[in-house]
Amino acid sequence: MFMPRSSFEKENNTYQFLPFRFERWGDNRFFLSNEVGEFTFLGVKAFRDFINQELCTSSVEFKNLSAKHFLFQDSSTVHLDLLASKYRTKRAFLDGFTKLHIFVTTLRCNQSCPYCQVSRKDEQAAINHFDMSVHTLRKSIELMLSSPAPHVTMEFQGGEPLLNFELIRQGVEIAKELNQSIGKEIDFVICTNLVTLTDEHLDFCEKEGVLLSTSLDGPEALHNRNRPFQGGGGSYDAVVRGIRRAQEALGKHSVSALMTTTRHSLEHADAIVDEYLKLDMGSIFIRELNPYGFAIKTANSIGYSSSEFVQFYKKVFERIIEVNRQGRTFSEAFASLILTKVLTPWPIGFVDLQSPAGAGLGVVVYNYDGDVYTSDEGRMLAEAQDTMFRMGNVHEDDYDQIFFGEKMQEIAAASCNEALAGCSDCAFQNYCGADPVRNHRTQHDMFGHRAKKGTFCDRNKPIIRYLIETLDAADADLQSILWAWIRREDVNDMQVGKIK
Amino acid sequence: MIDPLPLRLKANRSTLKNRTIAKITRIHQQKERRSDYFYITNNPNEKDIDNYSAVISYDYNDKIEADQNIVFFDADVIQQITDGTIVAINPDGRMHLLFRPESPHNTLFTTNSCNNNCLMCSQPPHDDNIEEMAKEQMKILDLIDNPPELLGLTGGEPTLLDGWLIDILSRINDQLPSSQIHMLTNGRRYADSEYCTKIAKIGNPNFLSLIPLFADNSVDHDYVVQSNGAFDETIRGIYNAAAMGLRIEVRVVLHKQTIPRLPELMEFIYRNLPFVEHVALMGLENMGYVKKNWETLWIDPIDYHEPLTEAVKHLFYRGIPVSIYNLQMCVVPEQLRSFMRNSISDYKNIYLTECSQCTLRSLCGGLFASSEKLHSRGIKAQKNHSVREFTT
Ligand code: SF4
Ligand code: SF4
Repeated sequence: MFMPRSSFEKENNTYQFLPFRFERWGDNRFFLSNEVGEFTFLGVKAFRDFINQELCTSSVEFKNLSAKHFLFQDSSTVHLDLLASKYRTKRAFLDGFTKLHIFVTTLRCNQSCPYCQVSRKDEQAAINHFDMSVHTLRKSIELMLSSPAPHVTMEFQGGEPLLNFELIRQGVEIAKELNQSIGKEIDFVICTNLVTLTDEHLDFCEKEGVLLSTSLDGPEALHNRNRPFQGGGGSYDAVVRGIRRAQEALGKHSVSALMTTTRHSLEHADAIVDEYLKLDMGSIFIRELNPYGFAIKTANSIGYSSSEFVQFYKKVFERIIEVNRQGRTFSEAFASLILTKVLTPWPIGFVDLQSPAGAGLGVVVYNYDGDVYTSDEGRMLAEAQDTMFRMGNVHEDDYDQIFFGEKMQEIAAASCNEALAGCSDCAFQNYCGADPVRNHRTQHDMFGHRAKKGTFCDRNKPIIRYLIETLDAADADLQSILWAWIRREDVNDMQVGKIK
Repeated sequence: MIDPLPLRLKANRSTLKNRTIAKITRIHQQKERRSDYFYITNNPNEKDIDNYSAVISYDYNDKIEADQNIVFFDADVIQQITDGTIVAINPDGRMHLLFRPESPHNTLFTTNSCNNNCLMCSQPPHDDNIEEMAKEQMKILDLIDNPPELLGLTGGEPTLLDGWLIDILSRINDQLPSSQIHMLTNGRRYADSEYCTKIAKIGNPNFLSLIPLFADNSVDHDYVVQSNGAFDETIRGIYNAAAMGLRIEVRVVLHKQTIPRLPELMEFIYRNLPFVEHVALMGLENMGYVKKNWETLWIDPIDYHEPLTEAVKHLFYRGIPVSIYNLQMCVVPEQLRSFMRNSISDYKNIYLTECSQCTLRSLCGGLFASSEKLHSRGIKAQKNHSVREFTT
């Protein structure tokens, strides 16, 4: 009355492939990943059998590959529905289109960081030349609110946006007013060096629910070297004071910081992490220098090779893991993004780590003069007379012309790593992204090629690989730490069987 | 060993002509409502006992005379049954307890029919008269006085009641709006979007479908449920249900056929069904087919610590709530004890002599009565623990 297992197996041992990509992993293994980011390892022999369609259908490897949708047998058809649904989920960052709207309220700045990618102007420069007008502000906000996204972020940048605080105040007011009949959710963020932060600013942020994002490059000497004032002197004391005041007034989670790596940072991995811990920050984002703007001129003094950066990244990462093992929750943002892509069915919305890339599709920059760019880097290039990434102007073009115009379509075509030479068959394609702006800048070709020097592949590939190697070898504690980062939980609450 | 309360009792004599469902009462009810009741009395002089569905007397007391149905039980049998208990009495005197107001584990047995035939089914399916079954459930629902906190629906496969199930669920939604409703279903019928829509439209936010999934691939799952194509249909059903806003718990019975790929199954659930609100890992109950398939199914829980730990961790890290049911505290690793839920229905569980020495007894669900002789070799009183170690 019961049928044996064999009567549920397909008679002939046949199976068909579903799309996947692979890469050698050491001497004995292959790493395989599929369209939705699921992955598995196979021994060399099993891999050969698999691709020769000779893998035994009752083997563990076969079942793994079938469960993760690398292959199928025609006795079951549900895999296509599952894959379709997972694919939709992973691409859900596209729902709603452009979500991050950056407003360059002024080009004026009080600092002169050697790596600055923005063509800043002197603090005292003529206001009506380098500040955004209220008219431009309102036009830009109207465009932002025309986006289909139900949830947008309005980010104020510069220069140093607090030098034009009045415009921020007006921006928040106009956005809230116009949004009354539209009903989007709007997050407000000011990207500031915090140097000129006042109580008035903090009261405003508290009242309007505005978050602060700042830059902190590490301990005093390093930060001061990377981020001097116009006319000399370091900004370390000012930013630390600013962070502390903001944390007190707005709460710890309302202030985040970005860290930019220069040649001077490379020797200070531990000290940089410790500086962040000292300031009670919850995470750090280890960012590579971009080959744009002023940085290219000073490349010789502050630049480094991608492999030097990768070495540095690993050192910082290891230090951070050590800290977490001691019970202090502190995450590295790039790793959290990659791990979310590798280990979960969920999408992330991060400009450089998505395909199609975020330029224009996920993020848009409204420049002080009304020009609209796909990104900060795009507007930087325009300062050097290269208007490749100028999507239009808020006074001259309407929403469709800007977001669906010829320029945007050209950029979008080069934004899908599925269709880029070198990326199209890369096993990390799903975890990575595309950077047409960087390709254009370094190779004079938005599509670019991975084999050329200086692509972001030189950084992404080894780091992604390193993170997967780390996962593959992770003990129970490390697993719980990495999951705490992904899920934004306290590492101490992530131990199995531990009662809170 | 402590005896569980049996769900079936036997009368010494019955004059009932038909299977009758009514509620037990020892206090008189108003005339118009008496057909809903079985009235218990042992007073030979009692007057005014007309209109009840039946009068129940004990000690085989022939002195009671009535112009109506009368059923005789032994005193110690009938004394166990509280007022408000809903029972069915058959003409041959067999009595089934259908709903006990004092129990947290009340379940409607919707039908004996099923479209799967699982190797470890505790209630081996057989065809029955669906309409009759459905009408009985409706009757039971009408008789419930106070909404229970939790009401289960099980089978067989409830969705085989087809339109009747929609009626039952609608009535539950109307009459027991505050009760949590847990329906054990293989989910295959949910693959039919039209049907699934009808259930979703009832709109009961307390309705949860408990859907068993035994493997991350069709061959293994179809083998366990003994039905070709079941995996595809169940998965499609779960998707449909979720898309229409129905809440889902996935259940996995732990046995020799599911243990080898248990962690992989958890990954499959996380990747493909991350919207499920709970995953229940269930120990095997030595009932029904399990006895027949003992060799195919039995694996001692102390021999699957590793895959069980892996599986629980896998979901815990990923934030999917996971619980272990039907196992004993002493047979799971300490690390997993806070995931244990005391789940064996009160009429089914027992403790062994060994348990009387155990410090964790109050946390432990004990054993299925059916496992008194056949159980893990790991059952052992836990001496040096306190209950607080494993409770939140
Ligand atoms: S950039 Fe490099 S790592 Fe990223 S998808 Fe392309 S080839 Fe792969
Ligand atoms: S000895 Fe008995 S009460 Fe104690 S954990 Fe084992 S089964 Fe439960």
